[in-house]
Amino acid sequence: MTNELKRTPLFDEYAKYGGKTIDFGGWELPVQFSSIKEEHDAVRNRAGLFDVSHMGEIFVEGTDALSYLQKMLTNDISKIVVGGAQYSALCYEDGGVVDDLLTYRLADERYLLCVNASNIEKDFEWLQKHVEGNVTVTNASDKYAQIALQGPLAEELLQTLTTEDLAAIKYFKFKDNVDVAGQSVLVSRSGYTGEDGFEIYGTPEAIIELWNKILDAGKDKGVIAAGLGARDTLRFEACLPLYGQELSKDINPLEAGIGFAVKLAKEPQFIGQQALIDQKEKGLARKSVGIEMIDKGIPRTGYKVFKDGVEIGEVTTGTQSPMTKRNIGLALIDAKFAEVGTELEVEIRKNRAKAVIVEKPFYKRTK
Amino acid sequence: MSTPKELLYSKEHEWVKMEDGKATIGITDFAQSELGDIVFVELPEVGDEISKDQPFGSVESVKTVSELYAPISGKVVAINEELLDNPEYVNESPYGTAWMVTIEVTNDAEVEELMDADAYSALIEQ
Repeated sequence: MTNELKRTPLFDEYAKYGGKTIDFGGWELPVQFSSIKEEHDAVRNRAGLFDVSHMGEIFVEGTDALSYLQKMLTNDISKIVVGGAQYSALCYEDGGVVDDLLTYRLADERYLLCVNASNIEKDFEWLQKHVEGNVTVTNASDKYAQIALQGPLAEELLQTLTTEDLAAIKYFKFKDNVDVAGQSVLVSRSGYTGEDGFEIYGTPEAIIELWNKILDAGKDKGVIAAGLGARDTLRFEACLPLYGQELSKDINPLEAGIGFAVKLAKEPQFIGQQALIDQKEKGLARKSVGIEMIDKGIPRTGYKVFKDGVEIGEVTTGTQSPMTKRNIGLALIDAKFAEVGTELEVEIRKNRAKAVIVEKPFYKRTK
Repeated sequence: MSTPKELLYSKEHEWVKMEDGKATIGITDFAQSELGDIVFVELPEVGDEISKDQPFGSVESVKTVSELYAPISGKVVAINEELLDNPEYVNESPYGTAWMVTIEVTNDAEVEELMDADAYSALIEQ
């Protein structure tokens, strides 16, 4: 390792809660605090608190901000009201993905993009390169920290720390300058776990304070600090894509199954739109499917997938579901074989083990 | 971290218990705590030959796959079938119910090269 690992403002808090850190794309982040299984269970049944300060914050503002974002992003940005958030992809000309991100509309002509940590510089360069008209793009990633409180008890717990009516903040809506435990923060009802919950943005000082206050307030309710390991198993069960695995410059958003965030009828077109229209008309070559092992073994990222002995794709994410113990995966395979119920083989070390295509997502919350 | 005195240890974090020329092998308390929740164990079959420093099986946590490297060479005479159905034993009882294989040792010199508990404790404290 030649480069020193980056740390978030919460780094010094990890040890208090038993955090075990790893190198995650150049960041020294906690993979777990107690155990991935316990943290996964806490988020599904109570709540867990994640440090996601490594995520990037890029501001886009100016009188042409809307038309500029319409050109850059796959979703219909005109649909976002002030106080609303929307999931979208940022594409290359050929339809490959630069990043997937959340767009917050802070004011009429002011937007915040929350982007993946490992893509911050790449995104910022790509966004700057295509600036048109009265638009300013600012990378403010170092100025913000972010935590995510996720799970069925998230609202009840956070409500004990604020007079703001959190029930009034609906899914994919947010409120800025909310006083939580004396700190002024942006509270967004969103997340990456398949559960209800909040993502909270603020200055490093405010977020350090809130991290400890929330864990303190939640202690008796079984709310615990959670790491990247649980974040990954949670988002995977909910079939939320991870950039670098389900999405990349070589995997377009239609193949990855996020077509709901790609508006192919947009005019004028977004960057990559024509390429995606062409591919859709031709028929997509690949599709992301859910698989479950029939034979013993756990599918893992990069394992090859075969149909009747012929290679047809690979596993993009896989693990044993901490909740159901099923050995499951997401695989990007030849679209011809993507029907639910199709039997496949996954190459696990030296063996080819039988698997079957199953419905996605693996987990959906009941309320 | 528990490191029983009566066992021998490899630098790959396996323990070896010698009895009547046979060696029983498992992974250490340190190894299981580094790996986290073990959800899957793969072992060789009885009759297989395993070779020092070569993989003879694997353990999988929620997050990763780790190969098991043979601390010494030998012929497998028993495997822990119960462990295959209860991988959590690795976390619960690394030196007890989570024994993995018993082998007939083919090269005694390799046993001599293993570490004692003090040397292994020093290694993991580094």
